[in-house]
Amino acid sequence: MITALTSLTILGVILGLILGVAARVFKVEGNALAAQLQDILPGSQCGQCGFPGCAGAAQALAEGHAPVTLCPPGGRAVAEALAAKLGADVNLAGMKETVPMMAEVKEEICIGCTRCFKVCPTDAIMGAAQQIHVVFREACTACGKCEEVCPTESIKLQPIPATLQSWRWNKPAAQLA
Amino acid sequence: MTQIAHSPHAHVPLTINKVMRLVMIALTPATLFGFWLYGWPSINLWAVSLLAALLGEAMVVRWQQRAVRPVLMDGSGLLTAWLLAVSLPPWAPWWIAVLGSLFAVIISKQLFGGLGQNVFNPAMAARVMLLISFPVEMTTWIAPAPFGSVHAPSWLESLAVTFSGVHVDGMASASLLGHVKTEFTRGIGLDQALSGYYAPLDALWGNRAGSLGETAALFLLAGGLFLIYKRIITWHAPVAMLLGVTIPALIFSAVNPGHYAGPVYHLLSGGLMLGAFFIVTDPVTSPNTVTGQFIFGLGCGLLTWIIRTWGGYPEGVAFAVMLMNAATPIIDHYVKPRIYGRDRKGVALPIAAPISPIAPIGKES
Amino acid sequence: MKLFKLRGGIHPAGRKELSAERAIRILPLPKRLFVPLQQHIGAPATPVVQVGDHVLKGQLIAASQGVVSAPVHAPTSGVIVALGEYPAPHPSGLTIPTITLDSDGCDRWIETVILNDPFELSSEEVSTRVGAAGIVGLGGATFPAAVKLSLSRKTGVHTLIMNGGECEPYLTCDDRIMRERAEQIVEGIQLIAYAVGARQVLIGIEDNKPEAIAAMRAAASGSAVQVVEIPSMYPMGSEKQLIQVLTGKEIPATGRPADIGILVHNVGTAFAVSEAIRYGKPLVSRLVTVSGGAIKEPCNLEVLIGTPAEELIEFAGGYAQAPARLVLGGPMMGQQITNPAVPVVKGTSGVLALTADEIGQAEASPCIRCSTCVRACPVGLLPLEMAAHIRVADLSGAVKLGLKDCISCGSCSYVCPAHIPLVHYFNYAKGDLAAQERGKLKQEATKKLADERIARMQRIGREREEAALRRKAAREAKEKAALAKTTLAPNEKAAPATEEVV
Repeated sequence: MITALTSLTILGVILGLILGVAARVFKVEGNALAAQLQDILPGSQCGQCGFPGCAGAAQALAEGHAPVTLCPPGGRAVAEALAAKLGADVNLAGMKETVPMMAEVKEEICIGCTRCFKVCPTDAIMGAAQQIHVVFREACTACGKCEEVCPTESIKLQPIPATLQSWRWNKPAAQLA
Repeated sequence: MTQIAHSPHAHVPLTINKVMRLVMIALTPATLFGFWLYGWPSINLWAVSLLAALLGEAMVVRWQQRAVRPVLMDGSGLLTAWLLAVSLPPWAPWWIAVLGSLFAVIISKQLFGGLGQNVFNPAMAARVMLLISFPVEMTTWIAPAPFGSVHAPSWLESLAVTFSGVHVDGMASASLLGHVKTEFTRGIGLDQALSGYYAPLDALWGNRAGSLGETAALFLLAGGLFLIYKRIITWHAPVAMLLGVTIPALIFSAVNPGHYAGPVYHLLSGGLMLGAFFIVTDPVTSPNTVTGQFIFGLGCGLLTWIIRTWGGYPEGVAFAVMLMNAATPIIDHYVKPRIYGRDRKGVALPIAAPISPIAPIGKES
Repeated sequence: MKLFKLRGGIHPAGRKELSAERAIRILPLPKRLFVPLQQHIGAPATPVVQVGDHVLKGQLIAASQGVVSAPVHAPTSGVIVALGEYPAPHPSGLTIPTITLDSDGCDRWIETVILNDPFELSSEEVSTRVGAAGIVGLGGATFPAAVKLSLSRKTGVHTLIMNGGECEPYLTCDDRIMRERAEQIVEGIQLIAYAVGARQVLIGIEDNKPEAIAAMRAAASGSAVQVVEIPSMYPMGSEKQLIQVLTGKEIPATGRPADIGILVHNVGTAFAVSEAIRYGKPLVSRLVTVSGGAIKEPCNLEVLIGTPAEELIEFAGGYAQAPARLVLGGPMMGQQITNPAVPVVKGTSGVLALTADEIGQAEASPCIRCSTCVRACPVGLLPLEMAAHIRVADLSGAVKLGLKDCISCGSCSYVCPAHIPLVHYFNYAKGDLAAQERGKLKQEATKKLADERIARMQRIGREREEAALRRKAAREAKEKAALAKTTLAPNEKAAPATEEVV
């Protein structure tokens, strides 16, 4: 009886010590993961996920408070990369296939107030005071910040027009189950 | 805008329903022979099986709130029930058929996700379930009583046999495999056990005690050849299964003919012919590649022979098929075709000349 | 000659009897032609004409741009009436930059120089002239022929394989051109072989074209060109399969035919090469098979590039019944079009009006894993497994199974008893992967921009603070002079790193 108790206690203590040491030695820096996740995110700080910027979103992802599908501008590609990083097994089949968007300036009602290009996180809008602004398709992440500040509703997110180069087959609709 | 169709704009004139129909056509001669051999009760049993499968499947599919019609129309449920029915003792009571059919379509098929998703062959899974749960009913065989013979029951009598379990005296018999196994346990040698009991020519025609549609080796073979001719199945799995039984039977019977039966005995008894042409060729539960199918068939044959020879049950086809069904994903994992331009491991073939910066050129030039 | 075994393949109903015995006829001159600027793989050509210009047949109207590109020539003489967008011969129904040309009815050629001995030219000169004539792969791939020639000359090619397979059902234009213009094809072949320095020349023709084989044998007798009868099977006319059946070699998965010393060209391309080199005529027309169960009189036509497809159908007697589907190319890999006014381009080998019976499409049902697709796949893939992965959005799983080795031949979809659109799944996945790749590149670029902006904002903030401090110090030093001109000028903003690509 006594022998059993002692041996089990000793065993427990030793194993506990090993666990404790291991926790110290192999400690994973939470911030390291968050930084890696932030690298995956678009970095446009648009806030569409509801977190304060991409750093906040990365922190929440690292702590497991947010789903990998949180980033609308990133779309499925980012969600997949996040899932791979976090080792999360996420079914992306249900994720909405988002139409790629970009900001577009309606030239008739643009007053050249420069507010949009001041908030643009990727410098995708060109223009100067009292001049009509232009959006660069390749730099626009469709974060929507410009849309919010435009006083005349002249800048709006629009689906990127399809071209023969960007056109592709959509997923077969056939029901196979 | 109307839906744009992707190429190809041509298609082989075949549907799942047609595939199932062809298999049923191939199964018809052996089944009709079984009906003739075992009389009205066997027809009752067959009809009850099919009906139970249809109703059972309709019920679950409706319960899952899916469209019932397309599921029933594909014919797979009917085929499963048919395969189960021909593997049952022909005078088995109705509830055996009902239980088996419901188990096959509901538990072994729909619960796994429906057509194409099941791991085990539904008919064989049901047969194994019945054999384990109701050994008496599943091993009560009758001697052939063809239509017009003295013992053939009338239609009314047949209803009593199927639906109220009335036993007809003097009809009970043992299947060949069961008989030999029993005699072995009594210490009686093979030649003695077989004498007066085993006539290869009768076995070829199927004129013996056994399951409803398993005995007519020739008719089953003909059905199988028809399916191969129609390109519904390939020869690989059936031939491999027959080889898997023949090879060990040849070797062991040559070494000790007093204890081990020869290949003809094995090939013509039990459910081997049905299994080889209609069960191991089930596309859903067999491997993807012809090589895989050959391995699969060989495994089924070997296991069948092992179970028959050393196992506790006289017949082993159903067990062997289920065991190999479980191995199918592993076979598929290891046996894959080699991809054009790559070696067996999937590594691109080496390029001798230096690669220039231009992208690969298209397919047709 | 010993042939080698191929994996998989299918034997679809040929339906070539509809048009095989119809001799090539020349389509009457259309009133208006729509000539797209991009009819080839690579960069689109740039127009060198203005609206209102009068051009002659064969005159350059759009110049090649970049290394992989091809020029475009006026298909007839007439007036340029528009430089703009016109519906593309493409399933999307989108428009494409197109030159619209009104015929003047004279069909007058530019001055052409006929060479008595084209082999006097240097091999470089031959490929330059092939490039200048706007010749692309006429089998359907439309890769600029000159690029292939000069590339093959550089890497060293010992065998030239001419593709006379024409394995697509319905199509008979290669069959007809081999029967009727064999001499000129052989000359074109010799020119190509000369241009790349090939020692061996093989012409692979399927055994369902005995007349074409006989004609080509007759034309090639006495030359080094060898005509080889190959079994009829789809996709025999695919470059990879043709090489395999004739030589037993495979193109490495990451390589090109030139890597194993082989160049493949279509027989129609050889004819165009002869036209360009000996007669100085650029590529302005091609042969097109007009066929299908809904066409009244299927035929083989010589058609000017840019002719609307509906004019071909009209010339073929119109519809015998309402077609269920219009297809450009063959039924196995051709593309459905919804607008019959789209033009014939350099890669158009057929205009098919198919009936519902011919298409044989049915509702897709669940996969029963019959693995008919595995046996049919000429590449050795597992189509059923790949489609299952794509269906649940596991594209990387499909790539691991070999999605990128798929040649989209459609054999798997053709044989599938469950009518699962397998090749549609694969092309969807390939498109999605390409889009993801583009998205990743864009995201990297925009992320860099965002980082730059944040750094700039921080720098500006710092500078402001420092300026404020300086002002404070100055005020404290009782300096009253105004210093306020440190506001930010808008033109300090960095220009986007990437230019807009249209």
